[in-house]
Amino acid sequence: MPPRTDIHHIFIIGSGPIVIGQGCEFDYSGSQACRALKADGYEVTLVNSNPATIMTDPDVATRTYVEPLTLETVTRILEIERPDVLLPTMGGQTGLNLGADLAREGVLDRLKIEMVGAKRDVIERAEDRSLFKKCVESIGLQVPASGYARSEAEAHAVGETLGYPLIIRPSFTLGGTGGGVAYNREEFHDAVQRGLRESPRHEILIEESLLGWKEFELEVMRDSADNASIICTIENFDPMGIHTGDSITVAPAQTLTDRELQSLRDGSLALIRAVGVETGGSNIQFAINPRNGDLRVIEMNPRVSRSSALASKATGFPIAKIAARLAVGWTLNEIRNEVTGETPACFEPALDYVVVKMPRFNFDKFPGARQTLGLEMRSVGEVMAIGRTFREALGKAVRSLETGTDGLDLPPENIPDGLSEEERRSFLESQLVEATPDRLWWLAEALRQDFSVEECAEASRIDPWFVDQVAQMVMLEKKISLSADSLDEDLLRKAKRSGLSDATIGRLSHRDEKEVRELRRRLNVWPVFKRVDTCAGEFEAITPYFYSSYEEETEVRDVDDRSILILGSGPNRIGQGLEFDHGCVHASLALKKLGVRSIMVNSNPSTVSTDYDVSDHLYFEPITIEDVLPIIEAERPEGVIVQFGGQTALKLAGALAEAGIPILGTPPEVIDLTEDRGRFQVWMESMGLLQPESGAALTVEEAIALAKAIGYPLIVRPSYVLGGRAMRIVYEEDELLAYLQEAWRAGAGRAVLIDRFLEAAIELEADAISDGESTIVVGVMELIEEAGVHSGDSAAALPPHSVSPDIVETVKDLVRTLSRALGIVGLMNMQFAVKDGQVYVLEVNARASRTVPFVSKTVGLLVAQLATRAMMGIPLAESGLTADPEVKHVAVKEAVMPFRRFRDVDTLLGPEMKSTGEVMGVDLDFPTAYVKAQLGAGMALPHSGRAFLSVRNEDKPALVALAEELHRMGFSILATKGTAGAIRAVGLPVERILKVREGGPNIVDRMINGDVQIVINTSLGRSTVRDAYWVRRAAVDLGIPYTTTIAGASALVRGIQRLKERPLVPQYLQAFLKEQARLQGTA
Amino acid sequence: MSTGSNKAILVLEDGRTFVGQGIGADSDAAGELVFNTSMAGYLEILTDPSYVGQMVVMTYPHIGNYGIHPEQMESERPGAEAFIVRELSVPQGHWRATGSLEELMRACGTPGIHGIDTRALTLHIRQAGPLRAILSRTELDPNPLLERARSLPRMEGRDLVSGVTCREPHDFGAPPGAGRPLLGVYDFGVKRAILQQLAEYFALRVYPSNVPAKEVLADSPVAVFLSNGPGDPAALSTPISNIKSLLGRVPITGICLGHQLAALAIGARTYKMKFGHHGGNHPVQDLTTGSVRIGVHNHSFAVDEKSLPPGVRVSHRSLNDETLEGLACDDPPLWTVQYHPEASPGPHDGYDLFPAMKDWLLNRIG
Repeated sequence: MPPRTDIHHIFIIGSGPIVIGQGCEFDYSGSQACRALKADGYEVTLVNSNPATIMTDPDVATRTYVEPLTLETVTRILEIERPDVLLPTMGGQTGLNLGADLAREGVLDRLKIEMVGAKRDVIERAEDRSLFKKCVESIGLQVPASGYARSEAEAHAVGETLGYPLIIRPSFTLGGTGGGVAYNREEFHDAVQRGLRESPRHEILIEESLLGWKEFELEVMRDSADNASIICTIENFDPMGIHTGDSITVAPAQTLTDRELQSLRDGSLALIRAVGVETGGSNIQFAINPRNGDLRVIEMNPRVSRSSALASKATGFPIAKIAARLAVGWTLNEIRNEVTGETPACFEPALDYVVVKMPRFNFDKFPGARQTLGLEMRSVGEVMAIGRTFREALGKAVRSLETGTDGLDLPPENIPDGLSEEERRSFLESQLVEATPDRLWWLAEALRQDFSVEECAEASRIDPWFVDQVAQMVMLEKKISLSADSLDEDLLRKAKRSGLSDATIGRLSHRDEKEVRELRRRLNVWPVFKRVDTCAGEFEAITPYFYSSYEEETEVRDVDDRSILILGSGPNRIGQGLEFDHGCVHASLALKKLGVRSIMVNSNPSTVSTDYDVSDHLYFEPITIEDVLPIIEAERPEGVIVQFGGQTALKLAGALAEAGIPILGTPPEVIDLTEDRGRFQVWMESMGLLQPESGAALTVEEAIALAKAIGYPLIVRPSYVLGGRAMRIVYEEDELLAYLQEAWRAGAGRAVLIDRFLEAAIELEADAISDGESTIVVGVMELIEEAGVHSGDSAAALPPHSVSPDIVETVKDLVRTLSRALGIVGLMNMQFAVKDGQVYVLEVNARASRTVPFVSKTVGLLVAQLATRAMMGIPLAESGLTADPEVKHVAVKEAVMPFRRFRDVDTLLGPEMKSTGEVMGVDLDFPTAYVKAQLGAGMALPHSGRAFLSVRNEDKPALVALAEELHRMGFSILATKGTAGAIRAVGLPVERILKVREGGPNIVDRMINGDVQIVINTSLGRSTVRDAYWVRRAAVDLGIPYTTTIAGASALVRGIQRLKERPLVPQYLQAFLKEQARLQGTA
Repeated sequence: MSTGSNKAILVLEDGRTFVGQGIGADSDAAGELVFNTSMAGYLEILTDPSYVGQMVVMTYPHIGNYGIHPEQMESERPGAEAFIVRELSVPQGHWRATGSLEELMRACGTPGIHGIDTRALTLHIRQAGPLRAILSRTELDPNPLLERARSLPRMEGRDLVSGVTCREPHDFGAPPGAGRPLLGVYDFGVKRAILQQLAEYFALRVYPSNVPAKEVLADSPVAVFLSNGPGDPAALSTPISNIKSLLGRVPITGICLGHQLAALAIGARTYKMKFGHHGGNHPVQDLTTGSVRIGVHNHSFAVDEKSLPPGVRVSHRSLNDETLEGLACDDPPLWTVQYHPEASPGPHDGYDLFPAMKDWLLNRIG
């Protein structure tokens, strides 16, 4: 069948901001879908609020609405666009839920829009657990025994029939939000309450526990002719009970017989048919009891998913692209397998390697959060690694994580001293029983300390085959220790084939990493590169997608042409996410346009950069010096680009330069200068630039003396970190001392910078490109939170909405001055504070910043591509860039926080970044763009109701004006004693409410009762923090719009004002950009 | 892994060698190299009699992970002459396992090699085509082994069936009864899974490969099934002439080698493929319905479509390389397939071919 000719216009919903449980994998899927459908000749309209994505680049879809993903907004867009079909399966759970809502509300019927990929009834059968259970039972399989509850009483009735432990799962949430395990009545009670609250349908499922069962996932494709195939089987290293997003997972399945695998395959195909997914991909999860083979179906996602992104990268089969094409009527046998170029896509990939995915956690950002893993996903990113054995892949995955570990050894301080033999064993056993992010390392430690494979498997419920693999790695560690002085070729090769890093081998044999590398080179223990080809070598592959292995024969050939290697940004984490991948992708595209072969190295399976068709050569490898050097030797590129890959790439600049490899753009020593805060401070002083008073300290004594000289409050920051890691505002000496230790740990022993904290200053941020001669400031943004809140966590407006044009000019001049002085070639980012009309330089980054995609989208320039051209020696003028772009519209970026996932932590914003993602709102004025950004971030601003105000003394004058405005708009005002006094003093009605510590009913009680619609609570000083904690926590848990700064409050009030004036009108990005081009006379 | 540093060497007839460690029996092996891309099901593959005369390279690197499950063996002992794997696992306790792959290979006298770059070997076979090779655990000097490899007989023209067929006619499964007609099965090295699948629909009488057609007809089967088996079909002159005698007297069905023999019996030709189809992931299109199913394949020979006599149509085709995967004819009634609908190992998409064949047969005989 040819693709459908009765449709012309396709509407795709993206997944919105990056949140835990829904990451950049949907940028990969959405951009594949948009591109594939556009290439098939369809008109494609996209809605997605996330500016950091490739999919929202203006050339990806025909029209791109960077608008909130709410039912209301999307309905309006559909009314304007009138597409023929809606494809809801590319935007994660957000896209699917929105699609189902649009159908349920009758919008699609009214506008005669057909759902393709998954229709409403399909979504309901897959997502509604009772309908799903019926489907599963209709094909002769079982789901876990369970019952539904919509109230606590119902929940207890169900719980009694099943017996503890019990699993509680809220309906219709993503990443298992609100799910939990209850071992007793008390835990059950809490879990039920939370689950009912988290579920958009106020419904929970209570089910039998399958803790300790083996968990598997299958990725299924089906076309409209009912051809179906399994793209990938995935086995979880961790047993049932740990969210699959937080589990180490392995492809293909390792421990099942063919019969067992085929029974999962049969079940999956029967289920996709019973649920009725007509076209596209689905993901189905199974549990198998390792003691008797009992099988349960856990769940099904009738859409592309995190696992399908992983499966695509693991197999070379582009699930999203093909799912999109199946949705418009292609069949699998009509689509070519691009990897072989010859055979059809109707097949099942055969792997001749092992793929390991590991989750990347960021608990360090949330002190106080319990690190136990369970049903609710906590990881913020992931890495994937490919090896010819499980061990080789596992070792690479561990090196890719960038958590400060390069092997399976634990820092010695983690292992308690002075325990008796019995205590030691029981301690280790407890580390095996409880799943934490470190469990793999504890497993290795237990094996090192003579636990048997069986004992470890029994305690951890990890399959003994996997435990044995880890035991083999531990065994090799021991052999290396024993023959440290006489490492021979055979042992080294075995160690490398089992995934041991040079650093690990070095530690065990008293060498440094470089010595191990040199030894390997002498003994010719060097990796070769194999191809990912979907067919285990059966057909010739034409896609250059490689991984390294310690094998005999390499498959990398024909590398004589000009090439440049781009280092990617590794796993997503807070502070280094999708934005960096966006830059890497554009660097690659720019090189290709210049006719230079682009080589990408990255370890993150959810990214667009690891699509095999983005770069000319793709290496799925850890971004470490050990793994990158052999690639450089094999490819012989002219140079390496490190500017786009965040700290992951920058960290390697020194070692690469030392190895004589040219770094493109800004020289490594300049990058080094700007990242080393102590040295940079001195340099800035020599330039005569105004900065907050500051100094660098290497000892506690230095720090105390410096603090006294500068005066509190202070900002303490380590060198060389992203996302403000371990950065704090301290108000007194005790706090300073407490934080110093942590700062030194995070900054790897380098100097700690102590700055005066400019309270209540306005922060500005600028992105610029330089070719070494001229510098173009592509965007100046004003942060909406004051200085002191990390720029990544602050809302920002482009152009600035409150500072004068003079200040903006001053900032631009400063950027140009510094760019010239530093010799920047490529990208540069600067941050400034404005206080009392003075502009202070806070920070200079000689690299791509997080804001590059946001700026690119707002000003309509491919900033990263222009920077890449500059790095390749092309003057900016030759790229058409002769003046700083001016924008006539306004874009607001808002950060999205993961606090709902971390129930025990404070939600107060500060200098350490905590947000996982961002959204953008764009319109012709600031308040409208701001409201759109808020809506996009999930904050539905109220039109009326009660506002709770509680501010510190300094904020009271500003607050009164806001209170007046709220009152004028019809809001009632609740305030704590001091704040209420200030409001009453100007004659406004106000209801005083008790603080939490003042007894009850207090503010939190009122919030829980639904009496409060906005929370404005500023408490930067430490004395008020504890009290404010409960209020902020309740606001997050209850989804009440809240702000912790007066500037944020002011924007919030302006936004509500705007919202009450007239309805929001969605507009597509290309329209803004076209208008701007017209005004600038470039179109 | 239990054989420690015990070296083994694989020498190909074109001189390429791979040095690894010996696994399984302490003996040498000789045969033609084939690679199989199935990621699981090593036991079914090793014990498939169709691999007699061949040494099997498993492209998936970890083999042996879940141990040995006797009910999953396709015959009493390995068919493959040797097993060539990247890494042999020590199984760790699948609840149903009764032993390890290594133990089975030792007990059955099947040697193997592991620790070699099986992907390099696979790509080599893909490019060079069928290669004879020697696997040695006793002689590690490649030169004499190369001589031995070059002097091995080629697959073409060799009758490998007589070594694997049953000795006596025997019954399999439940006896004939209502709705359970008798099917005669020529055993050319039949896989147990084929018999099990057929037994769902038929009572089976299994005959040695050289039993004359009239002996089979004397038992009045509703149809005759030609089984899978090893080697070159063109070398099997007795079975071919038996099939010729059966044509038109009973409907004929068959799988794999049986399909090739049927084709030869009706006057078509077979040919040796470059490296064959061995795996569980090939798309097979049913040309009657147009639907595509994931098929299990294990064949080094195929039927030359151009040689089909008039009246014979192609019923199935591989979408990867257009190889003929099934043929059908109304007169004489004949329907055979090249691929393996019984799977084992691999996807079960072909299972519905068995009831379809039964319906087809019953229609032929009224």
